[in-house]
Amino acid sequence: MKNTRIVRFLQAAVSMLLLAAAWQILSYVFPPFLFPPVPAIITRTIDILITGSLLADVLLTAWRIFAGLFSAFIFGSILALLIGQSKTMENFVTPVLTFFQGIPALSWVVFAIIWFNGIEFRVLFIMVMTTLPAFTYQILDAFRSMSKDLFEMTMSFRPSRAKLFRYLIVPTIVPGILTAWKVNLGNAARVVVVAELVGATGGVGYQLLRQQQLFDMAGAMAWTLQLVLFVLVVQQTINAIENWALRYRPVSERTM
Amino acid sequence: MHERVTANEIAMTDTDPVICFKDVSKIFGRVDGRGDLIAVDKLSFSIAKGEIVAVLGKTGCGKSTMFNIVAGLTEPTSGSATVVGHNPFREFEFFRGKIGIVFQNDRLMPWRSALDNVRLGLQILDADSKESEATARRWLERLGLRGHENDYPHALSGGMRQRVSIARAFAVNPDILLCDEPFSALDEMTARDLRAEFVRLVRQNNKTAIFITHQINEAMEIGDRVMVFHRPARIAYETHLNVSMSADERSNVRDEIMRVLSHEQPKPDAN
Ligand SMILES: Nc1ncnc2c1ncn2[C@@H]1O[C@H](COP(=O)(O)OP(=O)(O)OP(=O)(O)O)[C@@H](O)[C@H]1O
Ligand SMILES: [Mg+2]
Repeated sequence: MKNTRIVRFLQAAVSMLLLAAAWQILSYVFPPFLFPPVPAIITRTIDILITGSLLADVLLTAWRIFAGLFSAFIFGSILALLIGQSKTMENFVTPVLTFFQGIPALSWVVFAIIWFNGIEFRVLFIMVMTTLPAFTYQILDAFRSMSKDLFEMTMSFRPSRAKLFRYLIVPTIVPGILTAWKVNLGNAARVVVVAELVGATGGVGYQLLRQQQLFDMAGAMAWTLQLVLFVLVVQQTINAIENWALRYRPVSERTM
Repeated sequence: MHERVTANEIAMTDTDPVICFKDVSKIFGRVDGRGDLIAVDKLSFSIAKGEIVAVLGKTGCGKSTMFNIVAGLTEPTSGSATVVGHNPFREFEFFRGKIGIVFQNDRLMPWRSALDNVRLGLQILDADSKESEATARRWLERLGLRGHENDYPHALSGGMRQRVSIARAFAVNPDILLCDEPFSALDEMTARDLRAEFVRLVRQNNKTAIFITHQINEAMEIGDRVMVFHRPARIAYETHLNVSMSADERSNVRDEIMRVLSHEQPKPDAN
């Protein structure tokens, strides 16, 4: 178990090193304002992390991602449970969700700017609208995959709705919820920088815009890496939660 | 033992049947549109308090369907099925804690340990947490699962899982026990012990039980009464047994059951 983990880590490290090496080679060929050398990017990245005022921008964006995802998760769960229990609700809600899914993030940005004033509210609105459909569908899927046998077994004890929810529905949808968080996290990290173009005076999106104005490629890379790092750290955290929460799952000794 | 007696039960006399079927039919629609499938056909019977009824019948004859109707998991297409005078499908809360079910397959929650699976019913009944744990432990021990309390279902053998599911049904101490081939996944020795234990439990607490099985011997060992179903579920043969029967009489009954089981007309499905 331990060994496979180390091997997996090494494989990931090697693949990242190869990517960095390729970039470094490009930096010898092209001028530095197009492909700055890797060490310069790393220095800038670390700079951001150790400079309080810059780190605040990263944390602000992280907070916006989290707030958006959490709100979408709450609304999505409620919608999914409503849809899952009533065909009428399904017929009413799914067309709207599908409609929303087709709207580009940039359109939500425009709508948010026209409709609302507060910057934080605009960002939150955009985050929720862009991640809500996927969240809802994923949780709904998990809910629908509930085993009929386990449902009937639980119902044979005649539980109250609250107990049915707690003892059967929640454990059934937990794996789906964790997957939904992982999938939507990547989406949200991409959308948030667009959302921050609504006139935010802080955050990674704002900083990226500045690097573009300064024509500073190393800075643009460094700020991008902040988001990538953030996603990686949160993904790993969710993975750890998943391993703990789903430890009951049997693992076959056979591999595919 | 009778802490859960309700006004409704007091109103019932001991001679009223606990389980009563009147012309109960259950018809399933087929997905491929080949018309309907009659699983239970105008089935009538009644079971008195304290009785253990063993049900025999060929595979697919509708035993589990009848069982699900008593359990309140399916509603009859026509006819009336009542349990202690109430409708098990419609009156959801009335039956809380009154019916214990051992399903044909174990139906354990994979995310709960053996102990927590046994505790499920007690938690639903709002039992005290310490007490429910002690009860669950006692039941696991009684079924020979000591030391496996913290194992997840995937780490248990098929027979062990089935025993956990038996413990889960018995732990809530229900008045009515429904068992669908509960011992079929066990070796003969364990099954024999559990059969004796089962009968003792039901008798001791004056419970009522329906016991579905494929083994004639098991049916005769456990049942006060044996019902043999033909397909679609209707009673083809029924007999009462008692301890005073001689070996000859028992062997006659066994032969008769064999004859009825094997003489089922191979009836083509409806339509
Ligand atoms: N939910 C359902 N939908 C459609 N048909 C069903 C359903 N449940 C059972 N049936 C059909 O009803 C008939 C009786 O099934 P049932 O499970 O009651 O048989 P059984 O007597 O318990 O058999 P076994 O001894 O193999 O468990 C079968 O033909 C089966 O195909
Ligand atoms: Mg069956």
